[in-house]
Amino acid sequence: MRCGLPALLCGALALGLAGCGEGEGVDDGDRELTVLAAASLTGTFTELAAAFEEAHPGVSVRLAFDSSATLASQAVQGAPADVLATADAATMQDAVAGGAVPDGARTFATNTMTLVVPADNPAGLATFADLDAPGVDYVLCVETAPCGAVGATLLAAAGIDAAPASLETDVKAVLAKVAADEADAGLVYVTDATAAGEAVATIDVPDADAEVLDYPIGVLEQAGDADLAREFVDLVVSAEGRAILTRAGFGVP
Amino acid sequence: MSGPATGPAAGLRVDLDLPGRLVASFEAPAGEVVAVLGPNGAGKSTLLHAVAGLLGDVGTVEVAGETWSGPGVAARLVRERRVGLAFQGQQLFPHLSALHNVAFGPRSRGASRAESYDVAQRWLDRFGVGALAGRRPHQLSGGQAQRVALARALASEPAVLLMDEPFSGLDVGVATELRLELAEHLRAFAGVTLLVTHDALDAFALATRVLVLDGGAVAQEGAPDDVAARPRTEHVARLVGLNVLRDGGGLRAFRPSAVGVSLAAPDGSARLRWHGEVASVSRHGDALRVQVATDEGPSLIADVTPDAAVELGLAPGRSVWLAVKATAVDEYGAERL
Amino acid sequence: MTTRAALGRPPALLVAPAVLAAAFLIVPLVALVVDTPWGDLWSLLGTTQVREALRLSALTSALTVVICVLVGTPLAWLLARVDFPGRAVVRVLVVVPLVLPPVVAGVALASALGRNGLVGGPLRELTGTTVPFTTAAVVISHAFVALPFFVLAVEGAFRSTGAGLDAVAATLGAGRWTTFRRVTLPLALPGLLAGCALAWARSLGEFGATITFAGNFPGTTQTMPSLIYTELQGDVEVARTLSLILLLVSVLVLGALRERWLRVP
Repeated sequence: MRCGLPALLCGALALGLAGCGEGEGVDDGDRELTVLAAASLTGTFTELAAAFEEAHPGVSVRLAFDSSATLASQAVQGAPADVLATADAATMQDAVAGGAVPDGARTFATNTMTLVVPADNPAGLATFADLDAPGVDYVLCVETAPCGAVGATLLAAAGIDAAPASLETDVKAVLAKVAADEADAGLVYVTDATAAGEAVATIDVPDADAEVLDYPIGVLEQAGDADLAREFVDLVVSAEGRAILTRAGFGVP
Repeated sequence: MSGPATGPAAGLRVDLDLPGRLVASFEAPAGEVVAVLGPNGAGKSTLLHAVAGLLGDVGTVEVAGETWSGPGVAARLVRERRVGLAFQGQQLFPHLSALHNVAFGPRSRGASRAESYDVAQRWLDRFGVGALAGRRPHQLSGGQAQRVALARALASEPAVLLMDEPFSGLDVGVATELRLELAEHLRAFAGVTLLVTHDALDAFALATRVLVLDGGAVAQEGAPDDVAARPRTEHVARLVGLNVLRDGGGLRAFRPSAVGVSLAAPDGSARLRWHGEVASVSRHGDALRVQVATDEGPSLIADVTPDAAVELGLAPGRSVWLAVKATAVDEYGAERL
Repeated sequence: MTTRAALGRPPALLVAPAVLAAAFLIVPLVALVVDTPWGDLWSLLGTTQVREALRLSALTSALTVVICVLVGTPLAWLLARVDFPGRAVVRVLVVVPLVLPPVVAGVALASALGRNGLVGGPLRELTGTTVPFTTAAVVISHAFVALPFFVLAVEGAFRSTGAGLDAVAATLGAGRWTTFRRVTLPLALPGLLAGCALAWARSLGEFGATITFAGNFPGTTQTMPSLIYTELQGDVEVARTLSLILLLVSVLVLGALRERWLRVP
């Protein structure tokens, strides 16, 4: 019907506009918490969010996973979010320096890196040093990302000269390529290897414990409900949070 | 390439049966110029397209002893038929000069560049546009472009020349000039020409034969003068300016000049008088041509002197009587001549 | 000829949205130019990584255009001029990469040409070569996303030049290849150039499919967009300067091309 179409358009517009809004929802009692978390926290923070929602009825937690550097710069630019959790101290420092984390951040977990290969290990790699063998295609993150910086250090420490085949933008991309058998090996976090389960096999990186990544978390300056945000941080550092994190392979301070 | 063969098998033979589009069967000897007349949708373009091969394998088309399509024979592709096309809108290649346009045919058929350009230049000269050889179509006037199109059609030495309203869109003066020139060229052309036109002048100045199509079938065929004098279709009647009425099984024709117009009912046979309203009045040479919509249905035309028109007060809507003498009426049969 | 002024002033109802659209497109570009430290431009251009990325972008986009012309033109011609069974389906499929998010395109390419892909797998087994992580893979990614643009533009050009002239050429004795060479292609040339420009532009900006399928490594697969995204993780200022460089290069080339493809014979 001709008169139906304008009404439909108005309806769609209203619906869209209703979606815009900060923190507090439109309905009474429905509160929203937005958490920016590094890609390597995908599994754990999804669990933590569910736990938080159970403990706080009426609250819905929105999670945004991306590379730490991207999230930090978004936070500084004032993206509407309440909590920031990064995969290394340096990116959190950038956020703090940018004024996005007024109360500072605390370390809630640690991670180390490991080498993963596709489940059937087509290149037949046995040790970390085998990356130097001819014809091996391995991938790691760009060195501007925390996983890339640490990865590069580990490679240099082990004396690996061979260049990677590609520099992925975040650690999940590295994992994806290895799991899909598009690369012979990749440097990822221990937690990623755990999360990938059967899809990959791991090879220990010598002295990986020397390069520990601290995961800091902090409440953002632009948080809609700072108290609610702090409660979330409290959950993360609580015994329940630590249990979830350890299960995934993180270390806890 | 040799011209069409002489002998009993020379010329064009067409036998088409496309239900709903055109059912036609006719023959034309070499050198014949056939004007194809008829109202829109009568099938005139269909006829040309069928002969050119643009409709694929339809019916029988025999040219100069060669079977271009027919039962039991694989139809020749368009490019294997020796046709020359001069359709309205010229359809010259816009990105090529006049010379290259005309040379396109000979070159596509294998002649060398030098040869083709030579042939092309000669044809352009023959049409009086030799000096325009280097110009692009958009730099040519309508008349010049049409001459180039005709030169292009003839340069590839076709066995059949197909023309579709070649003078439409041209100034009257230009068209007249071109018509006279074309008459010369067609006389010299050894193949068969099919000329579709809505212009009576074209038909009678150029054609040696007239083919009238109506409603997808051949309605009349004959020499131009015969068709003009005794048209069997309303379309041709209108074209030549003749009143033609159906009378039972036959046809009656009389000139507009033979029709008398009066305000009061005239004496005479009821068969030869009509009552109706004036539909339009227009100049026609020295007389005024009056078109009257008769009560019975058909519209008739009458020529009156300007004085008579004023006297009778002839204007659209005026109620008048028309009458014609029996001696002025030509009666003829309904069968095809 | 009616002078445009004689038709009256353009209605505000049309001018206002038009100005808005122009501003929407121009303001971010102006902001980029204004915001970026021009001083760093030269020094950055001097670094190997930037020069490599520029070289790679130039090379891959040029190769993409060549591929599009060589395979895209015949495809466009076929779609425009030949009535084959399933033509409507092919037409739709050819355009699909256009609406596909680039990353999805990359995933699709990996499924086909990756080391274990439908074609890539047998290829590795037979010849030992793999496609990902090579410059060839970059060109393939670019061609995949740029070809639909090219085919659309050129098919449109072929359609508009009309099959009527094809028929005329046939009556003059030209075969289909001769007709294509001497009539169809020359007349479609403006459309072809427009298609090249579109394909080149799309290729230059291509990122998602490239990084997903071909990878990101300086010198082999790191094009300008990949470099810019990488730098965004680290030094935003550098990323801005690199973006400016890419913008300037694009503006220069498109500016030079636009004149050519707007001129109709």
